[in-house]
Amino acid sequence: MKNTQLAWLFVLPALSGLLCFVLFPFVLSLILSFTNLRLGSPLPLEFVGFKQYQRIFTDAAFLAALRNNSLFALIVVPLQTGLALLMALLVNQPLRGMVIFRSVFFMPVVFPLSLVAVVWILVLAPGPQGLLNQLLETVTLGAWQARDFLHDSAWALAAISLTSIWQGVGFQMVILLAALQGIPQALYEAARVDGANQWQQFVFITLPQLRNAIIFVVLVTTILAFRLFDQVQIMTQGGPNHATTTIMYEAVNSAFGSQQVARAAAMTVVFFIVVLLLTLLQRAVGRQQGVN
Amino acid sequence: MSGKQRIAASAVYLLLVALAFAFLVPVAMMLSGSFKPDDQVLVQAGRLSRLFAAEFSWFNYRDVFARVPFARYLFNSAFISLCVVAGGLLVNSLAAYAFARLHWPGRDRLLLLVVALMIIPLEAIAVPLFYEVTLLGWRDTYWVQIIPFVANAFSIYLFYTFFLGLPRELEEAARIDGAGPWRIFFRIVAPNAKPVFATVAILSFLTQWSALLWPLMVTHSETVRPLPLGMATFYSLPPLQWGDIFAFGVMMVTPVLLIFVLFQRWFVQGVATTGVKG
Repeated sequence: MKNTQLAWLFVLPALSGLLCFVLFPFVLSLILSFTNLRLGSPLPLEFVGFKQYQRIFTDAAFLAALRNNSLFALIVVPLQTGLALLMALLVNQPLRGMVIFRSVFFMPVVFPLSLVAVVWILVLAPGPQGLLNQLLETVTLGAWQARDFLHDSAWALAAISLTSIWQGVGFQMVILLAALQGIPQALYEAARVDGANQWQQFVFITLPQLRNAIIFVVLVTTILAFRLFDQVQIMTQGGPNHATTTIMYEAVNSAFGSQQVARAAAMTVVFFIVVLLLTLLQRAVGRQQGVN
Repeated sequence: MSGKQRIAASAVYLLLVALAFAFLVPVAMMLSGSFKPDDQVLVQAGRLSRLFAAEFSWFNYRDVFARVPFARYLFNSAFISLCVVAGGLLVNSLAAYAFARLHWPGRDRLLLLVVALMIIPLEAIAVPLFYEVTLLGWRDTYWVQIIPFVANAFSIYLFYTFFLGLPRELEEAARIDGAGPWRIFFRIVAPNAKPVFATVAILSFLTQWSALLWPLMVTHSETVRPLPLGMATFYSLPPLQWGDIFAFGVMMVTPVLLIFVLFQRWFVQGVATTGVKG
């Protein structure tokens, strides 16, 4: 059985890494979430059943976090997917200079979010220093009242959404562009022969052909929306008044601010359940298409 | 081009230029601000005309080095990212090769496990992982930022699907010539799988280079902290001087931008493959 030994030798480094640093902590988080573990606490470690879950689901900050993550997904997913699709369609036109535009749109993807977040604090600043306020003032011919977006609970989450879209839309564009370029030209030629106009070609060929890519992009963006952390940590620290706090922000704060590891574990379990449900939903929607 | 086509093309360009503007202006603001004296950076910073102001000074760059150990952050980020990328390329491709080409009992079940692990994001395990590395006494080291991220289920999956698509004939020929599996892997398979190596390298590099959450959790000394965390602390370090922050930002992003410009085709292809497989 030399072959088997060899195969294990090939697999072992990666497998042991995955077991120690993915599977084990994953199982650990399920277990910890049912305990009272608190680093440095004098209380003995014990199982407390669903107590941590009961607590977080009656905690105003965590409920705000759940709502914010959902709201953030509802703003970012359609806007970012729509914009990415528009950009992919534009860049896919057989015109000169498209490679340059593609690079410009993709460029922010290589910018670390921590840097983008800091730069956008100034873009979103109130008064004559803020690009966005100045732009809105110019466009509305002075009717726009300058706002302090990041310190206004009605605007802070929208401001973070805008920042996130700016950084991430190029990623989605590239995926959709690849899918666009994979559509057989023969389909369009056949449609033209049948007298279909540009709009009809888009609705009856492009969109159905992009279906799987769009489902994928929507899923990835939704999961990213629930992972939201960096921008909040740097731009608002969850404020004002919990308006921008997120599941991960609350989890990290519980684990560090108050050393409540068990409570933080319960929050990340909730986060994982959301991700799992979204993934299963994508599989289900993706499969439906196979039947059609 | 007909008149109608010309109008359509103009509309496309108009939209493209407007969009490009939105992507370039914040970057231009950072670049131009990094060269302005401290008392000038915020003057009318929201006005586009100020992007091309005449002042020029290197002081902000000098200040960054005086105020924080920028070179150290840069080294840490580069070292950690390169270790994760290099280690990851090796162990994940080897594992994927065993899944794709070797026959051994338990293979299919383990492969299923790897695919299942793909959907667990770092965030879902960050807290227990933090507890784990605390027990191991690994906090505030380089290792804690490298070892847990070398093995990666998604990388294995990308390698696996690519290896499945490679023609077997080359490997068969090498085997007949008496080459063993190690030799076949390093001499035949790896050189023929450059695109997937590039994809995995780029995706994992981008993730590591930008990582903020994990370093924030497990490090507290400047000696091991990477750039994104350096940026976050620099921003909160009084006095708030935007010129310095922009200079930090420019220096932080320049290496990645250079790599991006040089290997652009691979970046775009790499990201595109993640979607095709989805």
